[in-house]
Amino acid sequence: MTIKPPVEDFATDWDHTDPQWVHDPYPIWEDLRERCPVAHTNRYGGGWFPTTHEMVSAVANDNVHFTSRVVVITNNKFPAGAPPAPIGSAPPITSDPPFHQIARRIMLPALAPGPVNALEPQVRDLCLQHLDELAGKETFDAGAEYAQFISPGVISRMLGFPPEDENLFREYVHFVLDLVDLPPEERAAAGEPMVEYFNRQIQDHIDHPRDDFTSYLLNVEVAGKKLAPEHVRGTMALTLIAGIDTTWSAIGAAIWHLATHPGDLSRLVNEPDLMPLAVEEFLRYYAPVTMARTVKDDFEFFGSTLKKDDWVLLGFPAANRDPAAFDDADKFIIDRAVNRHAAFGLGIHRCAGSNLARMELRVAVEEFIKRFPRFELVENDDVTWAQGQVRGPRHIPLRVTA
Amino acid sequence: MKVRIDPELCQGQGRCFSIAPSIFDFDDLGNGVVIGDGTLDDDTMKLAQLAQSNCPEHAIFIEE
Ligand code: HEM
Ligand code: SF4
Repeated sequence: MTIKPPVEDFATDWDHTDPQWVHDPYPIWEDLRERCPVAHTNRYGGGWFPTTHEMVSAVANDNVHFTSRVVVITNNKFPAGAPPAPIGSAPPITSDPPFHQIARRIMLPALAPGPVNALEPQVRDLCLQHLDELAGKETFDAGAEYAQFISPGVISRMLGFPPEDENLFREYVHFVLDLVDLPPEERAAAGEPMVEYFNRQIQDHIDHPRDDFTSYLLNVEVAGKKLAPEHVRGTMALTLIAGIDTTWSAIGAAIWHLATHPGDLSRLVNEPDLMPLAVEEFLRYYAPVTMARTVKDDFEFFGSTLKKDDWVLLGFPAANRDPAAFDDADKFIIDRAVNRHAAFGLGIHRCAGSNLARMELRVAVEEFIKRFPRFELVENDDVTWAQGQVRGPRHIPLRVTA
Repeated sequence: MKVRIDPELCQGQGRCFSIAPSIFDFDDLGNGVVIGDGTLDDDTMKLAQLAQSNCPEHAIFIEE
């Protein structure tokens, strides 16, 4: 990995992979919101970071000046051979209108409340199975031994992949989201196994069609035509990448919060009806997902001149902490009744998997605190947060206290 | 007073039908829809307002 100079001033030189940002970004954002409010960097070929809810919403709802062609910031903005706008490499997240809506509508029925609610018993079983494996342990890592197992299990079933491949998925996710500093050639090479894996799965599903999301994508028709193979592969990859790390991060952050806030833990144990509100507040306060856009043509944005092809880091987590949009924005309020958070994004790209994500988060936390009504962190220093655009605790060493 | 959802603004965030399932439902794509003609009484008004104040897309309107 390349060694980068440390950040001197986040207002003029921000880097979302800087150790300080990775460890605790909130004070940085608060400072920037007051000082800038659109921070700039020359890293990654140049980019911007708007810090208020108003600006984040403005970018997310503006598909004229911004494109979603690439949504993960790397040093290699438009790799040679990458599919152009409006389709992009992982429809619909990398697609712009009008193609975006076609690609999104293909996914939505599978992720609507009806089919998602039907999955709840399976998710609960999966949680219980992993909790059973923790039985009798006094200390364990709730990140590596619990949170990280839930979403891969759900997504691999949804796509119809063999359950024993779940470890591979974690590697793929790591490649896409964490290894953003690799030189272009190395990044392309590191991505090969993922492409090959999807090709093998696609072939297997063509030979043996079954009732899962992969077969659905292979057979669905838009205007009388089946999807191009790149589209199928891109949407599979997106489901895997968008569905795994994100939800695992949200579950981990919720457990970390409860481990460090015994008052909230005992309230949630004693008042299980609070869970739906608590889930929304976990999502607001620890919003795991930050996406990116690129600028289509030079234009003025809240007093800054954005240049064609500049990055814009779309900080939904920062928007969620903006005092102009939330009362007591910096306080975690477990029964917050009015909570218009943007954890799932805003506008046309709003998370297609939010019903599934909410259900997984609720069920995973519900079952965890039923099994362990009291627990605490062993040592906060051992908690590591993932670097990159999806943020969550990877290791959460816990001690069970009741 | 009546409640309605603007389908252009709604992105299926799903807050309305979780908070007020007696007033809102969802369609095949998971977007919010109002049940019936959306007429509100004193009780349902409060619930509708709560849903409105939680819709991230500002897609819910309560009007004469
Ligand atoms: C807590 C968990 C999750 C969070 C916080 C989250 C967050 C987000 C955000 C912020 C976006 C917007 C991206 C943008 O504006 O560029 C997004 C898009 C998306 N998410 Fe999620 N997500 C989560 C879980 C999931 C799951 C479980 C799935 C699928 C199975 C999923 C599938 C998608 C898809 C397909 C899109 C693209 C939608 C489009 O471009 O129209 N997500 N997600
Ligand atoms: S809360 Fe708003 S965006 Fe969500 S489904 Fe209801 S109306 Fe649509």
